[in-house]
Amino acid sequence: MAEYKLRTPLRNEDVEKLKAGDIVYLSGVVYTARDAAHKRLVDLINEGKELPFDLEGAVIYYVGPTPPKPGEVIGSAGPTTSYRMDPYAPILIERGLKGMIGKGKRNKEVIEACKKHKAVYFGAVGGAAALIAKAIKSAEVIAYPELGPEAIRKLEVEDFPVVVVNDCYGNDLYEEGRKKWEQQ
Amino acid sequence: MRVVKYEDIVKAIRDMIIYSTTHLAPDMKKALEEAYKNEKSEVSKAVLKQILDNAKIAEEEWKPLCQDTGLAIFFVKVGEDVKVEGGSLKDAIYEGTEKGYKEGYLRASTCDCFTRANLKDKIGYNLPPVIYFDIVPGDKIEIEYAAKGGGSENVSRATVLAPAAGKKGIIEFVKKVISDAGPNPCPPLVVGVGIGGSFDYAAVMSKHALFRDIGTKNPDPELAELEEEIKKECNKLGIGAMGMGGTETVLAVHIETFQPGRMCHIASLPVAVNVQCHSSRHAHITI
Ligand code: SF4
Repeated sequence: MAEYKLRTPLRNEDVEKLKAGDIVYLSGVVYTARDAAHKRLVDLINEGKELPFDLEGAVIYYVGPTPPKPGEVIGSAGPTTSYRMDPYAPILIERGLKGMIGKGKRNKEVIEACKKHKAVYFGAVGGAAALIAKAIKSAEVIAYPELGPEAIRKLEVEDFPVVVVNDCYGNDLYEEGRKKWEQQ
Repeated sequence: MRVVKYEDIVKAIRDMIIYSTTHLAPDMKKALEEAYKNEKSEVSKAVLKQILDNAKIAEEEWKPLCQDTGLAIFFVKVGEDVKVEGGSLKDAIYEGTEKGYKEGYLRASTCDCFTRANLKDKIGYNLPPVIYFDIVPGDKIEIEYAAKGGGSENVSRATVLAPAAGKKGIIEFVKKVISDAGPNPCPPLVVGVGIGGSFDYAAVMSKHALFRDIGTKNPDPELAELEEEIKKECNKLGIGAMGMGGTETVLAVHIETFQPGRMCHIASLPVAVNVQCHSSRHAHITI
């Protein structure tokens, strides 16, 4: 279990050194998107239109925060369950997406896409929403404001704590971690 | 007949919601500290540390522990000798819920099953809540509240086993639910198990079982033993904190049976499993 500090956008070299189980502190820009925003992004790609942000090296965080109190940058902002984004993730990975942050299992297609195009799936701690909010230094809605908490936001983060769940070698922390501690 | 004012109930519910979504339930906090001490996997230990740090930040800043502030669930026991003045008890619970979620800057998470449109404008902010009423002797109103997130509800299951399946069948069913759930419900978990009654009531009991304080023993010694056995079996799965592999997956198993008599129909054995994530947000007031 190694520990790294990384800055976005991620490059292939960054992704290649990560192994399932490593702890990473991410800094830089991270974009938020949930199911509804993912659907729109993929529709834009299919129509050959421009996306609201550059996918090359980008990291997307699956989150639907609580409303901020007056004066707050963001409300509580922990990860949501990732499988809802599985149908869309491989298309984005193919176009340059390098990192996804969420919680819970991914399907085979996503894991394969991570292998093929060198991308990584990070797990954030579900329910650690007040702690994660502290790592978010600014938040700005850049697309689909009508989606409310599901709008695409550009976040500036500093030392956002995540764990590598699926690396670009096909390893899966959920499976391996469990196998290691399982008793018959 | 004792009289309770409508506004007093609204305020009590509002305050209870804002407090308990920002302050981790003390029994859960204690259980997580214990798990942190006992966890043998390094990654899971790091996760548990984040969970405990999160609770501290949330408490200091009155910031929601988790962004999924859930459906509002209520179990209400109304005394036969108490009357609400100025409105109905149900309306007071609705109003208190809306105020609590709005004024506490909590997330509105109720939507139409089919269109998936948020109900905050059509019905009300995070309305409607789910309420179970019961009528009891006395002149008090007892209200239990939980904020129940989607992640742990999505993996909860109910079934009706054949009577011959017995305890062994129950243990296998619960273990399978926890195993299939893996990382998704945000472990470490408390597992509520409702056994008996009817198909539907087993599910209600499995939810109510989650209100029992972690660390308290089931008063029925046979069930206390079964709880321990299920816990031991589930912890053999090695799921660990947030599913990253480890020894501390299930912090407690709470069984509830239909009373009196641990009743069910002679032909069936209903069993329901309601999973509670580590972000346990529940409270209890008596008015
Ligand atoms: S399962 Fe619990 S801790 Fe995890 S996101 Fe849902 S409410 Fe929060």
